[in-house]
Amino acid sequence: MLKGKKVVALGERDGVSGPAIEACIKAAGGEVVLSATECFV
Amino acid sequence: MDLGSQEKIKKLADEHGRDELLVVLGAPDAEAAEIAAETIVFGDPTYAGALTETQLGLDVFHVLEDEIQSEVPDDVWEDQVGVMADTLEAEALAEAVRNMRTKAGEEA
Repeated sequence: MLKGKKVVALGERDGVSGPAIEACIKAAGGEVVLSATECFV
Repeated sequence: MDLGSQEKIKKLADEHGRDELLVVLGAPDAEAAEIAAETIVFGDPTYAGALTETQLGLDVFHVLEDEIQSEVPDDVWEDQVGVMADTLEAEALAEAVRNMRTKAGEEA
């Protein structure tokens, strides 16, 4: 499912961060086109 | 969802096409996951951002869902997500996002 897909990694500070999601997607063969870590207060 | 992120996602969907793009969330609780997924599928429910009244209908998953984890090598998963996977309520998060995908399928 992830291989060859363009993926938006939308992480959150209190959950899983954008860079952590990005590393997972890349390792699974996906292409990360946007990685962000949001913060809700 | 962050207003800047909404704008970027809208732009990426226009650029790459909706079928090519998939969104993976890292939200910490079911409510946040549901709002983010709703924004991506049906548009911004708060009517604040670029995705207001924009039904992108993109595929959306939470990173803790089996569909994602099963494709990530175990060592990478453990390094990057392991601790949070133990802390967050994976099933509630998965259900929140899955419900939004089901709704999207029903409306398609």
